[in-house]
Amino acid sequence: MWKWLHPYANPEVTYHLTNKLLPWLSALAAIFLSIGLVWALLFAPADYQQGHSFRIFYIHVPAASLSMGIYFAMAIAAFSSLVWQLKLADASAAAMAPVGAVFTAIALITGAAWGKPMWGTWWIWDARLTSELILLFLYLGVIALHSAFEDKNLAGKAAGILTLVGVINIPIIKYSVEWWNTLHQGSTVSKLGKPAMSLDMLWPFILCFIGFSLLVGVIISLRFRNEILARNSIRPWVRTLVSQQSK
Amino acid sequence: MQFSNFSDFINMGGYGFYVWLSFGAAAVLLTLLTISSKAGHQKIIKQIALRKKREDKLRQARKNKQQQAEIQTADLKEVTR
Repeated sequence: MWKWLHPYANPEVTYHLTNKLLPWLSALAAIFLSIGLVWALLFAPADYQQGHSFRIFYIHVPAASLSMGIYFAMAIAAFSSLVWQLKLADASAAAMAPVGAVFTAIALITGAAWGKPMWGTWWIWDARLTSELILLFLYLGVIALHSAFEDKNLAGKAAGILTLVGVINIPIIKYSVEWWNTLHQGSTVSKLGKPAMSLDMLWPFILCFIGFSLLVGVIISLRFRNEILARNSIRPWVRTLVSQQSK
Repeated sequence: MQFSNFSDFINMGGYGFYVWLSFGAAAVLLTLLTISSKAGHQKIIKQIALRKKREDKLRQARKNKQQQAEIQTADLKEVTR
């Protein structure tokens, strides 16, 4: 397996692979998102308690779970970068941070917009909401550290340590609805066994979720190739690429 | 189809403001992020090109200086001889 993985540790190979994958990823993301969102907005039934405000669910839940998923991926990348000094892992962690921050912001905004009609308040300092807000600050801290040092390796190390310390927040977010009394409802989709949801609602959700995940893949790839170029700017292959492209 | 006409769809059973706020905010943020990430590619390429230009200039200047110094020493030798 190591032999097979070896060429992907080469930034040049990975850069070109990312470039090749991007159009396919983008097309898939567009297809899944457009079908999923149209289904969610127009055809999915309204909730019997929450009415049409329930449609916020189709953005809120994918955004929230992706905000945690991206953080977890970023932590794995930061760990491999700190332990095995994989330069590309560091580049990918730097690429993920802003994407995670935006998805966290979306989860918070859509959550507030859903909370106002359902709970009667935009915001409440309960466990789930507060821990998700802390996640946003963790992302912002990681982004700030990545740009705080001229030396990208040093910046990656500092940001990586913050990322790893912040991992403690992920289970807190995940289990906050079970550990503490909170206004936030428990999970509907990922319940063990059968999801507590009708199939008419579940299908558009699955499509939206896959669509948003693919979009995350697209944006991270876009940023990843920028990071690769920035970190290898003195390499000959980047120099030839630049002189070809900037003509 | 859950809505009989377009204004029903916009109204969202009275929750229109909240639903469209959510979808709108998500759309705006994701579009901005995608555009800035895509634009970053050209930006970094331009930066590296600029750096390369500067380095080439420095290298050229160093070469010129060296040549000048060589000429001067050659002149000096000529004079002393």
